[in-house]
This record gives sequence, structure tokens and C-alpha cells, in this order.
Amino acid sequence: MRTHSIAVLATVLITGGLARSASIVGAAPPRPPGAAGTISGKVTYTGTPPKMKPIDMAKEPNCVTQHAGAPVLTENVVTGPGNTLRWVLVYISAGDQGSAPATETVRLDQKGCQYIPHVLVLQPNQPLDIYNDDPHSHNIHPLAKLNPEWNRSQPAGAPPIHTKWEQPEFIPVKCNVHPWMHGWHLVVTTSHYALTGEDGAFTLSGLPPGKYTVTAWQEQFGAQSQDVTISGSETKPVNFVFKATPY
Amino acid sequence: MKSNTRLVALLSGLGVLLCAAGANSARAQTSHIGNLTGHAAPGSKLYQRYCVGCHGADGDGAGENAPWIDPKPRDFTLAVFKCRSTPTGTLPTDEDVFNAMTRGFVTTNMPQWLPLTRQNRADLVAYIKSFSPKWKTLKPGTPITIPAEPRLTIESILHGRQLYQKMECWKCHGPKGHADGPSAATLTDNKDLPIRPYDFESGSRFMCGVTNQDLYKIFMTGLDGTPMPSFADNLEPAGAWDLVHFLRTLQPFDTPEAALWKAWLASHAGELKPIGPGGGGGGGGGGGR
Repeated sequence: MRTHSIAVLATVLITGGLARSASIVGAAPPRPPGAAGTISGKVTYTGTPPKMKPIDMAKEPNCVTQHAGAPVLTENVVTGPGNTLRWVLVYISAGDQGSAPATETVRLDQKGCQYIPHVLVLQPNQPLDIYNDDPHSHNIHPLAKLNPEWNRSQPAGAPPIHTKWEQPEFIPVKCNVHPWMHGWHLVVTTSHYALTGEDGAFTLSGLPPGKYTVTAWQEQFGAQSQDVTISGSETKPVNFVFKATPY
Repeated sequence: MKSNTRLVALLSGLGVLLCAAGANSARAQTSHIGNLTGHAAPGSKLYQRYCVGCHGADGDGAGENAPWIDPKPRDFTLAVFKCRSTPTGTLPTDEDVFNAMTRGFVTTNMPQWLPLTRQNRADLVAYIKSFSPKWKTLKPGTPITIPAEPRLTIESILHGRQLYQKMECWKCHGPKGHADGPSAATLTDNKDLPIRPYDFESGSRFMCGVTNQDLYKIFMTGLDGTPMPSFADNLEPAGAWDLVHFLRTLQPFDTPEAALWKAWLASHAGELKPIGPGGGGGGGGGGGR
């Protein structure tokens, strides 16, 4: 009895491990032809979100000049009309039936002492080019834990840094010279993802019939998940509501 | 009742499996320092005696002394190391970890471990490598190439000074190397804890070694986990040596660099533009390249 359980457990553990490494490699089986469904909806909040504060860039006079008249606001919670939330990643966290590896290059700019975009989403091994468009130095310091953490200086006029992330991970990125510069590199294995704009809307399309877990992640409010079943070429409405606190 | 027995069997099975996996990974790690081979098993015993108080039983830097220590003890589970001969974002060589342990970290609570034998230290390196799976999945980086140090000239120092301005070293280390640049006060490490830039005027030893080669390595590899980035993408070896020569003039020592610099300054001080915002770092002729 006992031996049997151990054997079963060992099999489960080993197969689990294999399955995981296969998904990291990202070998995608061809998508079955026929019906494909869509999941779409909105991300909103209840409660009182923190007010975004103007950033004092006095340490870097050039960046003050670049934003003259309209100081940049912090971006950790960006809201829109109708209590919508921007910069939320919505993605298939379980049930993905195979995503092709992404090959187009993702671009990150350091401009006016800001990361543009504030949040970028990529798949493992997708090429990432990092540009410094400012007339002064930045150091780019992704605080990765599963992936290697690195820290590189990029002076004015330096060529772009060509890089990539191999493991799925949500990586905070900062510039030590300009402590207000914060961004995120969200590495997900699935190609079914969306990043909300100011209207909080998202659409995940091309989903073959099956059971899915959809997760919404916001840098300050954390993650929420919902299970959704797609049975044909239908559009399933799914909404996420985060509870916002001012601090 | 029956289902209870099954649950117990399952859980103990899991325990056995996990223990086996843990013991294997610890035992399997070795280190290679020159002709020495270090082993994790004896390293584990040494660790329990000498290191656990600060670095913790799990190697996460949360030992019982940690709350009273600043900077905090290294968290070996992240496998991020300051003093490396390898590029930023790569694992150090075994020798790098061995040297760091031997040298200790000046201005921190990490002492020199010279009282331990070389074999002891090699065994500890092997054991430290059992705390992160990265030591199994990744290979250490290839050590950077450091060309022979060129002859010291005033042109070399002047060009190094221009680079100190251009690479914006002064933003943290200060226009005169006093660790008082505009960004110095807000620096944080990879655990969001405050950290200070090196103060050249203090004359304290560099954290990662005392030679000119060590200094070259520090800014060409970066001190991973800290705000100090790697400048390897944008500094040529010749320029890097010039920067080394200039940095030595910021320290309060009678080095050849300082002597040459003082002699030159005696008749040329007025030609220098101050380093800092809008500063040129130029002047003095012959500095450009």
C-alpha cells in the first residue's frame, strides 16, 4: 500500500516536472482548426485608490525641462473614468493549449526619466531592445529572482541593449540614479494576454474549446483568477474588480 | 480511517522524496579552486559552525544576528554576488566566491576567513552553491579579459577624469569622489534597503580587492545586487584603465597616480572645469581621445 502510494506520487512529481519544463521551452502544438472563442471584459476597482503624485525630478534638470508644464505622475495605480484600471495584465494562467514562441522585438524606452511603457509584457526568449533616449545616463536594473539579476549602465547616445528573459517571471525594474523610475517586465508563457489601457478593457481571442483559468494582475493590488469554459466560437464576458486601498 | 492511513502514507512518501532530493543536491555540489576540490558535506558542518549565525540555516541571510547587521548578510538563495570576475547577470566562478570569503567585506560584518584552511573554504564554497538551483541550471560566466595595465601618463588620468564626468560616476560617488552625488542619498539594493556608494576620500579598501585590476573589474562587471552597474557595454579597455588611473587620484594615498596628478595640478589647476551638472570634465589639453 505504502510503496504503491510512493510510486504513484513519484510518477506524478516527475510527470509534473516534465510538463513544466516543456511549457517553458514553448514548443507549441499546432492550434486545432475550427471554432475559437473569446474572453473579454473590463478591470475596475471599488474603494479608494491612492492618488497619483507628481514626481519631483529636480535631481535631473533635463527631465524637468522635458516635462515642463505637465509633471509626470506616479504610475503604480492608474485609473480611468468609470473606476477602470490601467496597466493590468490579463492572461491565461492555466489551460493554454499551446502558444507559439513570440519572435517580434519588444521595445523599452527610457525617456524623460520614465520607462515607456511602464509595464511591458513578453514571452520567454522574446527579443527585448532597451533604448536610452535621454541626453544623460541611466542604469537599468531588473530585480529578477528566477532569471539572472543584472545591472547595466547606458550613457547618453549608447546603442540599445539587446536582451531577453528566459523564464516566466514578473520582474520589477528600476533605475538607481533616478529612484522614481519604476517599471515591470512581465514574462508569461502564453500568447493569450492583454494589457489594459485607461478604459480597463481586455480581449483574449483565438481560444480553442476548453477550460481556462484567467488571471488579472495589478502591481499594487495583486492577482485574481477566474475559471472560464469555452465550448465553441463564443465570447465569454469576464470582469475583474479589485478592492482599492489608498495606501 | 482508511483514507487517513492513505494520507499518512502519501505524506511520508513525499517527505522521503523531498529529503532524498535535498540531501542529493547538497552532496552533489563541489567547488574547484585551483587544484583543490571542495565538497558540500564537510562544508555543511563548517557552515553550521561559522556562518549560520548571520547567513541562516537556509542560506537566506536571515540568521539570528541579521536584524542587528547593516549591510545585511548575503542571501545565498538568490545566487547574486557582488564580487565577480564574470559579467553582470552571470554566476561568479568558484574562485570568486572563495576570494570574497577569504578577503571578507571591509566596512561590513563579514570578516576575513583566513583562519580556515584553503580546503575548509573550498568546502564552504561547495556548500554555499547548494542553496540556489541556479548553480545547477546555469554555468558561471566567462571571466572578463583584463589587458595589461598601460603605462601611467597624465593624459591617461585626464581622459579618466573625462570618463568620470561622461559616465556620470559623479551622480552617486560625487564630483570629488566623496560619495555625495545627487543620487547618493536615495540608493537602495536589490532588497530595497538603503546602501551607500563608495567614498573615495575615506581611503577604505575596495570591497572586491585592493589592486588596480580589482578596481578595473568592479566597474566592468558591476556589483550585482547593488546600484553599481556594469560599464562594460560602453567602456573600451583603454578607457577603463584611464578611469582606474583617475579614480586612484581621488584616494588619500601616496600612489604613483596621485603623485603625477598633484604635480600636474600644481601648474594646470586653472584649466580644469569642475565635474558635475553641466560640467565638462575636460580641459587641461591632451585629455581627449
